[in-house]
Amino acid sequence: MTDAGYDEWLDAIDDGEGYYLECSEGHGSLPPRRVCPHCGSTALDRASLPATGTVETFTICYVGGPDFEAEEPYATAIADFGDVRLTGVVRGTDPEDVTVGMPVEARVGTNRTTGDDLLVLRIR
Amino acid sequence: MTGVRVAGVGLTQFGRHPERTGRDLFGDAALAAREESGIPPEEIEALNYGNFMGTLAERQGHQAPLMAEMAGLQCPATRYEDACASAGVAIREAVRTVRSGEADVVLAGGCERMTNLSTADVTEALATAADELYEIRAGMTFPGAYALMERAYFEQFGGDREDLAHVAVKNHDNALPNEYAQFHRAITVDEVLDAPMVSDPIGLLDACPVTDGASAIVLVSDEYAEANDLDAPVSITGSGQGGDNLALHDRENLAVTPATERAAAEAYDDAGRTADDVDLVEVHDCFTIAEVLAIEGLGFYDTGEGIAAARRGETTATGERPVNLSGGLKAKGHPVGATGGSQIAEMTRLLRGDHPNSDHVEDATVGVTHNAGGTVASAVVHVLEVDR
Repeated sequence: MTDAGYDEWLDAIDDGEGYYLECSEGHGSLPPRRVCPHCGSTALDRASLPATGTVETFTICYVGGPDFEAEEPYATAIADFGDVRLTGVVRGTDPEDVTVGMPVEARVGTNRTTGDDLLVLRIR
Repeated sequence: MTGVRVAGVGLTQFGRHPERTGRDLFGDAALAAREESGIPPEEIEALNYGNFMGTLAERQGHQAPLMAEMAGLQCPATRYEDACASAGVAIREAVRTVRSGEADVVLAGGCERMTNLSTADVTEALATAADELYEIRAGMTFPGAYALMERAYFEQFGGDREDLAHVAVKNHDNALPNEYAQFHRAITVDEVLDAPMVSDPIGLLDACPVTDGASAIVLVSDEYAEANDLDAPVSITGSGQGGDNLALHDRENLAVTPATERAAAEAYDDAGRTADDVDLVEVHDCFTIAEVLAIEGLGFYDTGEGIAAARRGETTATGERPVNLSGGLKAKGHPVGATGGSQIAEMTRLLRGDHPNSDHVEDATVGVTHNAGGTVASAVVHVLEVDR
């Protein structure tokens, strides 16, 4: 399946050229989008994703869906990258060692069950 | 604008009934509601039906006309879907239809068949309430999403898993006498804390069960109730709905639920009531943290102050404002597309005085129901009042 907008965004992260969408008011969001979800502005431009974010919250998932059977247990986190947050699977440490405030970088990994691309938050 | 009364309610037993089809569940609840109302089927002008995952669990789309057939109705039928708030929105739209004068009698409710699926498949189906590209693909499950909110709450406002365990203990206690509840088993704080982790910090006993069940409500105009001499002492006097960004990461604060605040503000204003007027509440406690987010969003507690309410005894059956006397989603069960209707049915019974827990709220006149979809990207609040 092709998901225009999203696939391109993930490829850019994989190439080390990650971006997000920024409206004229400075609100961040993720593609594909035509309208800022915070203020309704339609003036959306690409802005560079900061190299490092910090874990704002996380969970250690012991019971996932069928697409994550080979991953359990795994940590899913929401990380703050300034104007935008990303949700991803944490890698580079044991799930039980993840803490709030940890620095992470956005990468693309492989879902160990499905083989699909996956947004990874790698511990720096 | 006419007032709207609850003329009859119907529920199936909530629980694990993997062999029962959705159509059988809803037919059961709808006939019970019809029978209680005493209204002949040809007088029912519309069916508003809530369902979330029937296309996955039973591979059955276009469920509403099927369910009208099962209820013995020949009327227009529409399915409403807002994840776990599906029946809440179905009922809200029925209230608006009756108020507008478009119809005098509407049947509303919902159904969900879930336990015919494996745990992994039900986990996958429930997760579809989240953002497919950005959350589901990152491994977010339904318990996982609330775990993210729970940890954010702990980080910002404090509190701990033991505070939340008291919510689970309370709701299991409340379910004990409820004949429709999935669980009739008291639990202890230690059992909640020692239960296996599902998605840390949410353990198995912090989570609602997977449930099959259906709910149905017959709503009528004041004029119809009077003309037909109906025994319908409970009215829906306020209705409100709020929305939010679908993905958690797009919200300003992960530990609050503004959709609930918006729905509550609208419903209170509609009813001419404030949070202080409310005697009892049924809230959407799919996880113990969800009850805390709800009682704060509904204005009963300041943000960050609700977490110890159950531990302090303020929300127990004998507390100043009981929360989830039915047992809530946590112990009564959570057939997702039926839950919003179940809450209205339980509140109606509590206010009428024919619920096994009505004795705890003998003098109550104002009740509130709160039904949430996903991580509260949708919220529906209703105010119910009883003639005394």
